[in-house]
Amino acid sequence: MRIGTLKESYAADEALFDTRTQKVWLALFFLALLIFPFTAGEYWLYIACLVAIHVISTTGLNILTGFTGLVSLGQAAFMGVGAYTVAVLEARFGTPTLVNLIAAGFVTAGVGALVGLPSLRVKGLYLAMATIAASFILHFIFANWTSVTQGVSGINVPPASVLGYEMARPVQLYWLILPVAVLMVLGAANLFRTRIGRAFIAIRDRDISAEVLGIPLLRTKLMSFALSSFYAGVAGGLWAYFFRVVTPESFPFLYSIFFLAAVIVGGMGTILGGILGAVFMTLVPEVLKLGVGLLSPVLPDAVAILSPVRTIVFGALIVGFLVFEPHGLAEIWRRTRRFFHLWPFKT
Amino acid sequence: MNFDWLFFSEVTLAALGNSALLSLTGLAFVLIYKATRVVNLAIGEMLMVGAYLFFSFTAGLGLPAWGAILLAVVGGALLGAAIERAVIRPMLGEAAISVFMVTIGVGSVLIGLTEIIWGAEPTALPDFMGKAPIFIGDAYVSRKVVIGFSVAAAVIALFLLAFRFWRGGIALRATASDQAAAYSCGINVPAVFSLAWMFAGAAAAGAGILVGAVGGIAPTMGVFGLSALVVVIVGGLDSIAGALIGGILVGLLEAWCGTYLGGEYKMLATFGLLMLVLLVRPYGLFGTVEIERL
Repeated sequence: MRIGTLKESYAADEALFDTRTQKVWLALFFLALLIFPFTAGEYWLYIACLVAIHVISTTGLNILTGFTGLVSLGQAAFMGVGAYTVAVLEARFGTPTLVNLIAAGFVTAGVGALVGLPSLRVKGLYLAMATIAASFILHFIFANWTSVTQGVSGINVPPASVLGYEMARPVQLYWLILPVAVLMVLGAANLFRTRIGRAFIAIRDRDISAEVLGIPLLRTKLMSFALSSFYAGVAGGLWAYFFRVVTPESFPFLYSIFFLAAVIVGGMGTILGGILGAVFMTLVPEVLKLGVGLLSPVLPDAVAILSPVRTIVFGALIVGFLVFEPHGLAEIWRRTRRFFHLWPFKT
Repeated sequence: MNFDWLFFSEVTLAALGNSALLSLTGLAFVLIYKATRVVNLAIGEMLMVGAYLFFSFTAGLGLPAWGAILLAVVGGALLGAAIERAVIRPMLGEAAISVFMVTIGVGSVLIGLTEIIWGAEPTALPDFMGKAPIFIGDAYVSRKVVIGFSVAAAVIALFLLAFRFWRGGIALRATASDQAAAYSCGINVPAVFSLAWMFAGAAAAGAGILVGAVGGIAPTMGVFGLSALVVVIVGGLDSIAGALIGGILVGLLEAWCGTYLGGEYKMLATFGLLMLVLLVRPYGLFGTVEIERL
């Protein structure tokens, strides 16, 4: 049980991790992440890499949707931009992996800022439509700008290599993807202790008030779009190295809904929510696959219904969380923590 | 270059059939938005379910076409009412964005259910309109397109009359213009909400049957709803006239781009138009401009 947390300075109040228990747990968590690749099998490493990529992209969408209040249904298309940037750079010019990833981030940030331009005039639902439109237009470009993207046949990506160390399998890629994910999540967490991050939150809470307070609306909104797309671009770049082939069909509209669902399920407007949501939503299809595997002796066509069941579960999760638990998994997590803090007293 | 006017007029006439369907779907959308301020992204999926219901009733149960259409439209209305009661009503008073995302979830659930019940393969609807072509002047028009156009136009006219003269329609308009005032005049606002969703569901199911008759049915036909979404954004979210004119605009644009530039340019043209309208005239051609105050 904890009686209270005493803070003596503003710095302590603003700290990301305030109590010692929290720091100990965090250290243990990072230790587990370090040990993980040595103990887990190929399949679990594959899942871990996928989760890490989704965490980056979901955190990016969370910056835009959760913290700035601008709904975007184009996150998957932005990831596609990042993936194509990496694929083209790697396959054509053979530039170093890290440079490619950063370039993917910046190119996507530019595209994102362009897509965010309608936010000058519209917001809310209208803006969501604009991002839907943008994602279809981007998809069209992926499929038809054949001189660069090689159309529907897609681009094969050579394996990533950092400092002469080639990374082709999940075991090796883990050491590229995970540090990037940790860095980017920490960056996002720190963003909301700065002036820019606070401006985002002010815009979410009431954009007219924010403007009255002297926040330049258009510039800040575009910055949010660019930042969120930067995350998507890096995630897409890692995605390209992970799956090693990029086609227009790799980033369907449904994938954008997946990320939106992850943000909602995890909890909008909390960094922890983005992480929990991405982990949860990536694991759901795997659990379903497992369930189908168990059912297949009883139900012969169980495999056939896997994809529709997944679609239903995604939709039901969005609806269920919005109706019953609007603050998402992060809120459940907070309640659980609170229970242990206050135990044995009444919570 | 010699421009083939006959071909052009045939394409345009065929496009008008599609336009009428877009307008009808757009109308279903505007109906819900006007009454409940909900942007319903699941409209395309409601349309799809309507088409599949019709498919079950004709091909599965062997009912005659008119009976199957009636049942499918009633089924669509029930679906609309069920969605409203189950997930939209609890969201009353929540942020518009949350409700919008709920409808995305509903759409996803409907797609999955359709794939489980009817399978993921595209199928053709049984023919119930006949095949004999119709000529307007020299131009050939497919019979389905003509029937689709006339039915859609008739239904739209019916809706417009209902809004103007029927008690329920007037209650609906009253709720749209001021909820609190409507309440205090004794209008049962929650009932009006249900009513709006039922009518929208029925209209969507009807549109679905016509769309399915022209182009076949598949779980992915909900994409048609996205085009309808563009229609209402172009026309203005809360304007019935906007839905009609937007439908014609988008339908013609799609057909001309599809014919003269190639099928893959259809989506590009539609969404390009959407971006343009959002940038230049965000509340659409006839939409009410929302003025925000602190």
